[in-house]
Amino acid sequence: MTISHWRHSPALITALALAACTSTHRGAVQTAPQPAAHHETSPPATAKARADSLRHPYTAADVDFMSHMIGHHAQALVMAGWAPSHGANPSVQILAERIINAQQDEIATMQQWLRDRGKPVPEARPTGTKMMMNGVEHEMLMPGMLTEEQMKQLDQARGPEFDRRFLTFMIQHHRGAVAMVQSLFGTNAAAQDETVFKFANDASVDQSTEIARMERMLAALPASSGSP
Amino acid sequence: MASANLLSVSLALGLVSLAGCAHSTSSQPGAPVPAENRSTTAPSPDPRVGLRAGKMDAGEAIWNLRALSKTPPSEQFVDVTNSDLAFTSHYAIQGNYNGYQVWDIANPRQPALETSYVCPASQSDVSVYKNLLFVSGENLAARLDCGAEGVEDTVSSARLRGIRIYDISELAHPKNVGNVQTCRGSHTHTVLVDPKDRENVYVYISGSAPVRSSSELPGCISAASDPNSALFRIEVIKVPLAHPDQAAIVSSPRIFNDLVAPPKHGETPQDIAASKKAAAEARAAGGYTAVIHDQEIVLPPQFVDPMLDSVVQARQGTGAPTAADSAALRQALPGIISAMIKAHEAEVPPTAGPTQCHDITVYPAIGLAGGACAGYGLLLDIRDPAHPVRLGAVSDSNFSYWHSATFNNDGTKILFSDEWGGGGQPKCRKTDKHEWGADAIFTLQNRQMQFQSYYKMPAPQTQQENCVAHNGSLIPIPGRDVMVQAWYQGGLSVFDWTDPKHPQEIAFFDRGPVDSTRMASGGYWSTYWYNGVIVGSEISRGLDIFELVPSGLISQNEIDAAKSVHLDYLNTQGQPKLVWPATFSLARAYLDQLERSKGLSADQISSARETLAQGEKASDVERSKALSELATRLDGDANQAGDATKVRKLAEAVRQLSAAPHLAQRQ
Repeated sequence: MTISHWRHSPALITALALAACTSTHRGAVQTAPQPAAHHETSPPATAKARADSLRHPYTAADVDFMSHMIGHHAQALVMAGWAPSHGANPSVQILAERIINAQQDEIATMQQWLRDRGKPVPEARPTGTKMMMNGVEHEMLMPGMLTEEQMKQLDQARGPEFDRRFLTFMIQHHRGAVAMVQSLFGTNAAAQDETVFKFANDASVDQSTEIARMERMLAALPASSGSP
Repeated sequence: MASANLLSVSLALGLVSLAGCAHSTSSQPGAPVPAENRSTTAPSPDPRVGLRAGKMDAGEAIWNLRALSKTPPSEQFVDVTNSDLAFTSHYAIQGNYNGYQVWDIANPRQPALETSYVCPASQSDVSVYKNLLFVSGENLAARLDCGAEGVEDTVSSARLRGIRIYDISELAHPKNVGNVQTCRGSHTHTVLVDPKDRENVYVYISGSAPVRSSSELPGCISAASDPNSALFRIEVIKVPLAHPDQAAIVSSPRIFNDLVAPPKHGETPQDIAASKKAAAEARAAGGYTAVIHDQEIVLPPQFVDPMLDSVVQARQGTGAPTAADSAALRQALPGIISAMIKAHEAEVPPTAGPTQCHDITVYPAIGLAGGACAGYGLLLDIRDPAHPVRLGAVSDSNFSYWHSATFNNDGTKILFSDEWGGGGQPKCRKTDKHEWGADAIFTLQNRQMQFQSYYKMPAPQTQQENCVAHNGSLIPIPGRDVMVQAWYQGGLSVFDWTDPKHPQEIAFFDRGPVDSTRMASGGYWSTYWYNGVIVGSEISRGLDIFELVPSGLISQNEIDAAKSVHLDYLNTQGQPKLVWPATFSLARAYLDQLERSKGLSADQISSARETLAQGEKASDVERSKALSELATRLDGDANQAGDATKVRKLAEAVRQLSAAPHLAQRQ
């Protein structure tokens, strides 16, 4: 069964993300090094952002997380946007509608957080994130993001086959987001900022809950000959 | 409609007060809502739409409530999130991500800051029991020493994630008598006072943040596959009242084991009616139906025809099925369907279920708890506090994240809320569905939860207002299930869910967005009824206190009866059994309800009112006699009454009043 294959496989997700990297540098998912003591100096930001980060300055890891999750979410919007045109069943369509509603709002939250702190605000584009490494620009897919090939597979599917691929890929996609939160929380000095902690934790909790729901939906799909 | 127009209409109705005044009082004669208000209809257009933005000067809309005070946070808590509330004596304890503030609300028109305590942590969920105060810490920055500098290292002995316990015998000098660290911290907690255990209280910990390193707290295992994983469980802390310093985790119940209920859409009344009609029509036309998950559905011919053919084959016949064949199939169908469902369920592999609860509401008087746990609403048996047992679980494809639970006082209903988007997102826009980010109401029969309807604060909010179902409590109006609930920047909504299929809003208060240009966090975290008033914890604006104002939907007698219920303390998630003292208000409240529902004839109602009025003025002896006779008369009237149950409740209230005349204070 596909589910058991995915369950407890963060290594697999990481491997996928790495495989999707157009560069050969390993470990590139973690971006710039984040020394514990390094706090960015507050740029001219709005009073509200200052209030939010009053006690605990944000770090480069926080900024990366908020920037990278935008592209991650944007891909979910594209995937979910296909549900009506690709003959998804009603329950998958409702799920897709909810994902669009939730992730659109979350993108706005991340963009506002970055804007308030005078950071570059990525547009919501479903591509990888551009990163400079050793002076060379690389485009990286964040954990769980679908490769171009996987997106093509999903786009070509219709009806029950779309449902199966959509759920399978969205579980992969959500697991990647949860892994990104875990990675953020495992970074020294990260997520001390109240907004970042709350946002990351809420996203992790919501998506974990949705993963469990999608696993059950996937299990309840009618059997088919083609396995994803 | 242009907002200027809307505003002038609303002003004319006296529904909008533009000034967000600190410490305003408005209970003197000439207050906005006249005492004789008998209206049963909500103001239209809804004055909550189009309110002016502003942090401390936002436009306001109020209906069937009166604001008694609006108090900004004290200095060290400005611009830091206010969270939940607990109450003891005449104090409101308001959690804040910077610690907590204690307000003396003896005069609700002028709350006074009794003390404040700076000790940063989110969410600083607070509970109180006698001299003990419990405060939750979940985030990565909270420190054991209450320092504000955060904790930078991923593994650190300075970090506090769990609960802090204080002795608040002297409110101004809280003593930290213990801390209990947990693997995922404490997002919320619930104090369970077991009626059989006078030596201890129990604290259920719900933690939703990632599991911390076992190097920081030994035994914390994050791997889901490990049988000792810190996921998929709650923590139970036992607190010896004589030695709170010995508080410790006594069990980590895995209340989610084998939870495989599929996400099921709670049917709306319209859906149920449509499906019943279709089933009845199909049956009348000779079709076949089956009951699947409590709902009768029509079976299509593709499903039925092969079965009929096999019935024919079984009797070694040929040709079209006869009437006897149809009858045989009809009789066998329930068994066949049930076997098919069981077979299908067996095919679905068990999943691990939720990894945590968000919050648990215990109702010790009936031995039950409602667990709001990720994708599920759970019913738990808590008679053995350290070992809660799951009795049932519901799931709903319209629900994102089960957030909190409230029982009605009789324990015949349970309401769950869905905090879709975590409270930071605007989920009350015109485009957000009524059943998303809402409450779901269930009846409880034989410890089974049965979906009835959704309730959502009905006024559309802007993109700049975080809004979703959040914390609320019962208002002790006798004979009705009435609740006041916080909707973040959607304001507060008072609604009646006595009829679980048709919840109805009966009062509200709302402000415009904190900021007109962007989403800025604010609004009510919680709004709870406590000893006669509604206290609201406003995330960015402070502490607001309201009282109910009578209308055609709620009478002065009902409000007086609600105010007669006195609690020594309140943790809303430790739900107390509400008991009404024998008062004239109580009897009159029932009479008002019977008048509204036409549950007793107009003559009988006016006669009973007259007797009560005379009894109230009479001597103790005469009063006792008159009331006793009235109670007997009402018992008789009940048999022919439209609402016999309520008339008997009324008779009982009058009888208690007659037996305890010294209790019959004039309210």
